[in-house]
Amino acid sequence: MSTSSAGRLLPAPAPSGPAPLLRRILLQGKYETLAMVRNGEQLILAVILPLLALLGLTVTPLLDGLGAPRVDIAVPGILALCAMSTAFTGQGIATGFDRRYGVLRFLSTTPLGRTGLIAGKILAVLAVLVLQLVVVGTVAAALGWQPRPEGWLPGLTMLVLGAAAFTALGLLVAGTVRPEATLAITNLLWILLGALGGIVVPAERLPDAVGTVAHFLPSGALGAAMREAFLHGTFAVPSLIILLLWTVVPGAAAIRWFKWN
Amino acid sequence: MRSPESPVLSIEGLIKDVGPLAALDGKMLRVVNGVTLHAGRGQVTALLGANGAGKTTTLECAQGLQKRSGGSIRLLGEDPDLAGATLRSRVGVMLQDGGLPPSARPLPLLRHIAGMYADPLPLEPLVERLGIDTFSRSSVRRLSGGQKQRLALAAALIGNPEVLFLDEPSAGLDPQSRQIVFELIAELRDSGMGIILTTHLMDDAQRLADYVYIIDAGHNVAEGTVAELLQHGESGKNGVTERTLSFEAPAGLDLRGILGPLSEGLLMSEGRAGSYTVTGALGPAHLARLTAWWAEKGIMPASLRLEARSLEDVFLDISGRDIR
Repeated sequence: MSTSSAGRLLPAPAPSGPAPLLRRILLQGKYETLAMVRNGEQLILAVILPLLALLGLTVTPLLDGLGAPRVDIAVPGILALCAMSTAFTGQGIATGFDRRYGVLRFLSTTPLGRTGLIAGKILAVLAVLVLQLVVVGTVAAALGWQPRPEGWLPGLTMLVLGAAAFTALGLLVAGTVRPEATLAITNLLWILLGALGGIVVPAERLPDAVGTVAHFLPSGALGAAMREAFLHGTFAVPSLIILLLWTVVPGAAAIRWFKWN
Repeated sequence: MRSPESPVLSIEGLIKDVGPLAALDGKMLRVVNGVTLHAGRGQVTALLGANGAGKTTTLECAQGLQKRSGGSIRLLGEDPDLAGATLRSRVGVMLQDGGLPPSARPLPLLRHIAGMYADPLPLEPLVERLGIDTFSRSSVRRLSGGQKQRLALAAALIGNPEVLFLDEPSAGLDPQSRQIVFELIAELRDSGMGIILTTHLMDDAQRLADYVYIIDAGHNVAEGTVAELLQHGESGKNGVTERTLSFEAPAGLDLRGILGPLSEGLLMSEGRAGSYTVTGALGPAHLARLTAWWAEKGIMPASLRLEARSLEDVFLDISGRDIR
């Protein structure tokens, strides 16, 4: 550095032009995916805890008497839990801190822009979800999971819709409160919804009052829809409508109230 | 009022309200109230003002980061609120807080941002020039203020923009970083880039700016080249130009005696022994008398410095208060 290169002029400013939109979004998606995968805490939340929950549900009698093997009831709910980990808690916390450090503002001044930034985040959620699906699916297969082949289409559709709902909710929280509050809220809700939200333990197994509420929560709707898909091979239409509402309303609220700085 | 040919940025009567704020009983606060400025290619245009004067808000409205409440902004001929990726690719932004993710490492981060452009600058010369290669193994959160600023500057330049916004570019810079950054800014200006920066440091404006807008309480209070601003008010105080002469010479000189009647109205002091300051309406006659006397006595001062007003004085004059 000491030679400070006098005379080594940078070229005259020349319009570079932006990279194509798709390339910008893919790049941002890749960047955010790597950031999520490299974050130890996020990895615990996204992979380790769901796997522990899966093991817990298959070795305890909690899911007995529901008309199917424990593992077959457990896995769809665990996949739903994965979507909540990544889209809600993981992406929410990451976005909250990016907002604090001005990363969102800086990136929105580059050719990426705000739209590209959000698209990149959604892409990262989907990419991590695929990784989770592979890991959980492999472990589940070893535990004897036998999903109905016709369950994959409704199952994956509902998983993506659930991820959309949780992304909208995560961004709404991240964009409106301080990052420390986002951290607390999304972690607390992950625990509460994970235990009592009808996501891994079916609403029917919860106390009556809690179970009724759980049906209408994004967690309960996604859990029920995933079990419906992989146990019976069908679309759970009421759950689908509930999840759509949980996508559109928080999504609109996030668009309206998200603060970039 | 100046309007350079082919301005890169034109702001007319910018108004920005924020709120409603609880502290104001739910009323809006007008943080920018009629700022007008024009910035040209190949020039450094500085917005100078105290903290809270509305400089950053003005810049963020121009960058499309905040929506204005009134007035008009043309950035490279376009409305920044409607900016697409093409306009954004022509504009580089260095934010006050850097805007870099703390867990990122410098080179992958720069490579990532470079990927957003069709034809970015080659990374290596830029990295070398800004000395980023000396700390490229650390994550952003471990960098010093000056290192972060240099990295943020590289990130703003990687698309080889036509317009460069720098919000408080010397904030947190150590002397070495400052030298590197200032040299680069001057070079970019000479290569034709239009550079708009904010600062609350007079020294920055004096060293870098071709044209200065002084902003106070959300509106323009003065503008001009540094030289023009320094002349401002020089003739204002009873038509007298105030200057300061300082020099080092043998201790205990009787300046009043040497200057005789010429010393009337001057402020003279010997701070440290042998270190003299004379302030007031100094003219050629004073210098002639002083140097003639030195010549007579065979005295050669160790140092000698004559200064006109500083921008700081001008700011104080105009706004009636200190900039800090």
